This record gives sequence, structure tokens and C-alpha cells, in this order.
Amino acid sequence: MTTETLIWLIPLPPLLAFFLILLFTRRNHALSHTVGVGAALLSWLLGMLVFVAAIGVEHLGEHPFTSSVGWLPLGSDIFSVGVLIDPLSAVTLFFVAWTVLMIFIFSIGYHNFGQPKGEHDVPGLPPHGATEHGHSVPSVEPMYSRFFAFIALFAFGMFTLVVSDNLLTLFVGWEIMGLCSYLLIGFWYAKPSARAAAIKAFITTRIGDVFMLLGIVALYAATGTLNFREILYNPELLEQLASAPSVIAGLSLAGLIGLLLFIGTVGKSAQWPLHVWLPDAMEGPTPVSAMIHAATMVSAGVYMVLRMFPLLSAGWEHGAPLNTTMTVMAFIGAFTALFAATIALTQKDIKRVLAYSTISQLGYMIAALGIGAYVAAAFHLVTHAFFKALLFLSSGSVIHGMEHGVLHTEGGQHSGEHIDPQDMFNMGGLKNKMPITFWTFLIGGLALSGFPLITAGFWSKDEILADAFGNGHLLVFITLAVAALLTAFYTMRQITLTFLGKPRTKAAEHASENVRTMTVPLMVLSVFAIAAGWVGIPEHFPGLGGLLPSWFHEFVGGTLLEHPEAVTFDTVPLLVSIVVALAGLALGWLAYRNAKQEDPLRKPLGRAYTLLESKYYFDELYDAVFVRPAKRFAEGFSYMFLDRQVIDGALHRVAQAAFLLGSIFRNYFDTPVVNGFGDFTASVTQSFGRLLRKVQTGQVQQYLLFVALLAFGGLFYYLLNVLQ
Amino acid sequence: MTAQQGVFLFISFVILFSAYTMVTRSNLVHAALFLVVTLFGVAVIFVLLDAGFLAVVQVLVYIGAIAILMIFAVMLTQDNAAKQQESMNLNYGWALLLSALFAFALIVMLGQWPDIGGLAPALDPRRDTIAELGSALVSPDGYVIPFEVASVLLLAALIGALVVARPQKKDK
Amino acid sequence: MIPLSWYLYLSAGLFGLGLYGVLARKNAIAILMGVELMLNAVNINIVAFWRYLTPENMSGQAFAVMVFAVAAAEVAVGLALVISIYRRRKTVDANEINLMKW
Repeated sequence: MTTETLIWLIPLPPLLAFFLILLFTRRNHALSHTVGVGAALLSWLLGMLVFVAAIGVEHLGEHPFTSSVGWLPLGSDIFSVGVLIDPLSAVTLFFVAWTVLMIFIFSIGYHNFGQPKGEHDVPGLPPHGATEHGHSVPSVEPMYSRFFAFIALFAFGMFTLVVSDNLLTLFVGWEIMGLCSYLLIGFWYAKPSARAAAIKAFITTRIGDVFMLLGIVALYAATGTLNFREILYNPELLEQLASAPSVIAGLSLAGLIGLLLFIGTVGKSAQWPLHVWLPDAMEGPTPVSAMIHAATMVSAGVYMVLRMFPLLSAGWEHGAPLNTTMTVMAFIGAFTALFAATIALTQKDIKRVLAYSTISQLGYMIAALGIGAYVAAAFHLVTHAFFKALLFLSSGSVIHGMEHGVLHTEGGQHSGEHIDPQDMFNMGGLKNKMPITFWTFLIGGLALSGFPLITAGFWSKDEILADAFGNGHLLVFITLAVAALLTAFYTMRQITLTFLGKPRTKAAEHASENVRTMTVPLMVLSVFAIAAGWVGIPEHFPGLGGLLPSWFHEFVGGTLLEHPEAVTFDTVPLLVSIVVALAGLALGWLAYRNAKQEDPLRKPLGRAYTLLESKYYFDELYDAVFVRPAKRFAEGFSYMFLDRQVIDGALHRVAQAAFLLGSIFRNYFDTPVVNGFGDFTASVTQSFGRLLRKVQTGQVQQYLLFVALLAFGGLFYYLLNVLQ
Repeated sequence: MTAQQGVFLFISFVILFSAYTMVTRSNLVHAALFLVVTLFGVAVIFVLLDAGFLAVVQVLVYIGAIAILMIFAVMLTQDNAAKQQESMNLNYGWALLLSALFAFALIVMLGQWPDIGGLAPALDPRRDTIAELGSALVSPDGYVIPFEVASVLLLAALIGALVVARPQKKDK
Repeated sequence: MIPLSWYLYLSAGLFGLGLYGVLARKNAIAILMGVELMLNAVNINIVAFWRYLTPENMSGQAFAVMVFAVAAAEVAVGLALVISIYRRRKTVDANEINLMKW
């Protein structure tokens, strides 16, 4: 079996799992998760085999693994679809396979497999406990199998996107993930907030997707193909696109296409201004958040721009000023990184902090790509996937433990308000109650903050900052550095509030560690969160540089036609990143170590705090500018006018016309003519009958008279005439 | 005018007169009696026509049986209220017209026939017409079949009359 | 010496009278009497033609005999019917026996 065949097979197991679970194993929880995890394992295995094969190839970028089939005959040529594994997709495949597998395994424990069914549990709402021997225990999720089916479909979408060799199948995978994010964010569909969040996610990403589709169409119209190798590895074609004018003055065709495609990423990777869906998407179960917002979906946005980088950067030479698309990307990326980091400072919900931090980190990657730091962006993508998945999963573990505590405390007493197990200000001191979770969360948090040397996040973030500084994009550099400071700050805030200090509520006191299916994935991911950075240590790094070859640069850099140069080593960005990380962590711990129910930063920041807490009122702004007018338009124009008056009115007119016509026919034709004719015939017959029946008097002599008259008359007539 | 012609004229006058009277009389017994007279006149006509046997049969059958039967029937169906109704019904105008026209047309048509004034050929006096009639009636080359059919008809009429006129058995 | 025509005229007149009697009389028995007259007229006709045209062939008389027979039969049945009707309806008025009217 060749590697190409293996690549084709990678997306299939989760798809099969989706169908199998939905059709056959719905009722049996064990069977469902076996099928799901089995599929993820199979894809993982295939992915690893392919990855191992891929890293063994010299200059994979020049001859990647490809295989395609002619699929759609279009006039004279055939549109082919196929698979492609070059260095970029190989590393993406690596982290996707691992994180997906870990998330699948985590979901078994998260959804309380093996626990009894709750008496009051309904499908559509999160489970809230069953009573066993008198006290409350967590109950199993009623829609357990459905969850595995959906995440299997999600995995299929992502794998499809990663292995595809053309924009069309990439878009197919993209959209499948969009659908699944809708299904999974709204997993607990009986909650109105979940439904609203699902719709918000879908529509917001859809806005991005529409522009992306326009970009794809424009690309196809301009080049006649959507195949990556044909477009991106064809310098003449890229030159052509870069110099051809587009409909927008001042923007080349490549620029326009690049911008349109980038807007897709803005939607999918939740960049400003289409960031609003991601925090609300926390309504879904935590493995979903991990899947969507760390491992796969948002990474897909970045993957796509990484893939299309030659097109986006068409016309740009290393060292030259950035072209339009890249400027836009750099701006949006950097802005979003800072913007989201500021909001994350004030969030209470443990998952929301992580959501904003995801937005912020994605901004890093986009900004990196915007300034041309291809390898750095890819590196950060990989490391971020690992530590963000780790963070989400361990926050899921925290929430799970808190829920356990909530059940304990609420099961016994009926007094007290309902504690939100996700509010960090209800936690505290969980370090002792949930040690594994604590250590894994800590590792993830340090990686996120960029803790020097030992965490993966440090290496990738440092690389971005170095690239920004080294190529002279100082504004980007400063913005990202400030964002890094804030990142470290709010991460430490999160860790301090959740794990350190004393438990702030009874529920936190009774929290407990979780089952192995939940903790083992955490441990596995933390290994990656630490070690993944070591494959990318720059060569000129003092001390460590050169010890381990900078494999990542070599490998991933080979994806592009021209291997990007590594930026010259400079101590300034390195120092800045170390200082920023450590200072942020320290400040965070200092500020929050004695925090009680109230956020200590609220009073000092005053109005600014409320602004940040309300997310700069962007949701309200969008609501006022887009949602409410749309609703008014829909209600007033589309519904009341178009639908009721025009369409229904037309129907009513048609009905009235038909009725009128019918009445005319009835009254002027049917009744007088047809009925009349029938009646006339009948009445004529009747009158004839009435007339003629008078002949039958019943009197024989009269009959005889008639007979005699006619007979004799006839006879005489005949005789007289004939015999004459 | 020969004696034969005079007799014929007289008899035909009698016949026609009594026939006329018969059909106009209200009193049915009178009508029946006038029928008898007519029938008798017809018997005489038969004699004039050298069909003596038929004359006798006429008297025997018609007068002796049929007319008597009529009289019986008249008596049996006499109305007790004895209201003397008019004898004619409402159609009599048309009937009169028709029968007059008929007779007239018949006579006119007959007048057209050229041989109508022919005289009777002489009969051989030695012929035994009765014997010839008898053998004609029963010989297979003759009219035995009409004869037999007439017998059957009479039988049927006999049985029919019995059945029809039988008093109904009523459970009272 | 009597021409055939006289007999024929006689029978025509008799037939007409009989026809009138049938069509115009109210009493059913009177109608039957009219029928008898017609039959007699026919008989006279037959015998006259026999005598004047084919006296050697006895068929004329034979058929006159048939007519007698038929007339007798018919009168018998007819009167039986009249009596039967009289029993039912207590009337022999032909006008009143009109169950077959419309």
C-alpha cells in the first residue's frame, strides 16, 4: 500500500464512524465511543504513517506525495481532485491527528461514560446529576452517541481540508467544519443561549465564507484551475496575477483574490471584526471548544492562508515593503492580538478567557504571515494547537471537577444559589483537589505565555517577534509584545484564580480529580506542549542553538518555492519576549493571589474595566447595525410586504380571478347553456310526453280508431296510387 | 229484374237495416235480436250463392250459438241500476266518418275493378258441393291442416273461456 | 243474374256498419256484436268470390267454415272476458275499462 493510498484513506474512518454511529450504535454508548475513538485512532495511525514517510523524504516540497483523480468533466478539460502531502500539510496532519485523538478520548470521560442516567435528564440539556444511594452523582450525557458522531464528522472535515490538493475540496472540508461547529455549539439545543450561539457562529463564519468563495471563483476564472501545485508553484502565473489589474483600482488580481480568501480566514479564525462568534461558541461542551477553537477549525483558517501564501505574497520580495494583502493581514492580525488580549483580562468564565486568548494567538499567526514570516506562523500554529487544546481540555477537566463539587454541595442542601461551575471567582485552591489538572493546565498556561525555554509557546512566539523586529515592522512588533505581556498576565490571573489560594465556594472545596480517560490526554498533550518547541530552535540561538538542528525551519520552509531565509539573530526581541513573559506572569500572580469574589482590577480600571468586560460593546454594535435592521427588514419588507402582500396577494388575486372566472362560467355558460340544454331537452321530452300520453286513454276503441284510420288510410293511398 | 235480384235487394235491405239498427240501439237485447235478423239475412244470401251448407251452418252456429251466447251475456251483465245510457261513446263522430269513408272508398275501389260486373258461372247441378266441401276439409291434399288448427283453436277457446269465466275463489 | 258487384257492395256496407259498431259503441258486448257483423261481411265476400270466380275449387267454402270456427271461438272467449270484467268492475262500459291509460 503506497503512501498516496494511505493519504486518501486518512479522512475516511471518521466519516464511516459518523454514519455507523448515527445509523447503528445510537443506543449503545460503549459501542459509539468505541467506533468514534477507533476511527480517530485509525486516522491517527494512518496520519502518523504518512508523516513518518513524509519526513523521510529529502526536499519534500519539491516532490510531495500527490495523487489525484479526474472528477468533473468541464468542457474540454477535467477538474481533478486529489491529495497532497507536502511539508506544511505533513506538520498540520501531525498535530491534527494527535489533538483529535486526544479530544476523542477525553470526551469519553467528559460526558460521564458509565455513570447512571439522570432522572431529570432530557436530551438537549446538559446532564445534571443522578441520585445513587441517596447522594448525587454525575449522570451520563443523554446524547452521548450523537456527540461522537458529530465530532467524527468534524474530524472528517478537518482531515479532508488538510490532505486536499485543491481549493475546492479544502472549501468542502471548511464548510463541513462550519456545519459541525453549528451542530456542536448548539449541541445542547434546549438552551436558548446555545441555539443563539450556534446561529451566530454559523452566520458570522458564513460571511467570511461568502467572500472566500468569491475569491475561489475569481481565482478559477483567472487561472482555470484550483490546484495548489499548479497555481502556487508557478512563478509566471503568480507574476501574471500580481500584475493583472482587478476591478478595484490599485489592487492587482492576486491582491484581490488574496484579500477575498483572507476574509474567509477572518471569519473562520475569528479575527476582528468577525470575532464575535468565538466567545459565544463556548456554549458547546468543552471537547468541542477544544476541537473547534484550538485543534482544528480556527487552525484551518490559518492553514489556508499559509497554504495560499505564495498567492497572497505575490509581488512581494523578502525585504521589500509589504503588498496590500499582507499589510491588511498584518494590521488585522496585530490589532486582533491586542484587542482580544485586552478583553481577556476581564472575563470571569474560564472558557471565555481561553476563547479570547485563542483569538489573540490567531492574530499572532496572521500578523506573522502578514509580515512574511511564513515558518514562524506555521510554527506557532503547530505549538498553539497543542497547548490550546491542552488548556481547553484541562479547563474542561476543571469544570467537570467543579460540577462534581456542585453536585456534592447542592445534592445535600437545597438552600444556596446555583453556583456557575465555570466562573473562576467560584473556584480557587483546586491545586490540591485536582493535581493532574493543575500541572497540565500550568504547563499549557506557561506555554501560552511564552515561558522561556522549556515551553513550546516560547519558541514560536519568540520567532514571530524576532521576525517582526528583524524585518523592521516595528509597529507590529510593539503591538505583539504588548499583547504578549497581557497574555501572560491574564493567563497567570486565570491560574491563580482557579488553582491557587483558598477555595472560594463550597463547591470548589468538594471538587475532585477526574477519571483517567480525561487526565491521560491532558498528560499526553502537555508533553507536546513542552517538546514541540524544541524542533524549531533557531540555529543562532545562544547556547542551545545548533544542539538540535532547526528541523522545523528546514522542513516547513521547504514548502515554498524559495526557501525563506531565517531571520538574523538579534538579542532585542529575545530579551523583550523573555521580559514580557516573566513580567506578565509575575504581575498576574501578584494582582490576583488574594482575590475574593470581586475582581481586584475592577475598581482601579473603572470605566475601562466595564468597557473591556463588555467586549467593547461589539456585540451590541453588530446587533444594532446588522441584526436588528435585518430583522426589521425581514419582518417588515420580506414578510409583511413581499410575502404577505405581493406573493400571497398574487395568490389571492389568482384565486379571486379563478373564482370569478368560475362564477362567470357557471352563471353564463354552465347554468344557462349546459344545464339549460339538459333541462330543455328534459322539458321538451316531458311536454312531448305529456302531449303524447294523451293518446293512451286506455280505451280500446280509441286505439282501434287510430289503427283503423291509419291502416285503412295507408292502404287506400297505396292502392289508389299504385294500382292506377 | 229477376226474382233473384228482387230477393237479393230485399234481403240486402233487411240486412243493412237491421245491422244499422243493431249498432245504434241502446237496449242490448234489442240489438241482439236485430243481430239475429241480420244473421238470418246473411244465411239467405248464402243460399242465393248456392252455398246451402253454409247457410245452415250460419243459422246453427251463428244464430243458434253465438247470438244466443250474446243474449246470455247481455242478460248476465245487465246493469241493475238500469240506467239507459246512450249507446255511443265519444268517438262516434270519428267512427262514423271512418266507417263511412271506408265503405265508400271500398265501393269506389271495387268499382275500378273491370271484372266486377261479371255474372256467376253456371254450376253443374250434379256436383255434390257438400261432399266436396267435406272431402276438401279432411283430405291431406286439401285443408285438413287448417281444419285441425281450427279444432285446436276451438279447444283453446273453450278452455280459455272456462278459465276466464270461472268464478274466483275468494276467502272471505 | 246478380252481378258480383252487388254482393261486394253489400259486404262493404255491412263491414262498414260493423266497423262503426266496433268503434262507436260503449257496451263491450255491443262491440263484439259489431265484430260479428264484420266477420259476416267477410264471409259473404269469401263465398261470393268462390261462387263467381272459382266455383270448382271448394277452398272458398272451406275457408268460410274456418271463419265460422274462428268467429265462434272468438265470441266465446270474448264473452268470457266480458263476464269476468263485469264481475270485477261491475261494468261493461268500454270507456271505463281504461287501466292501461297513462
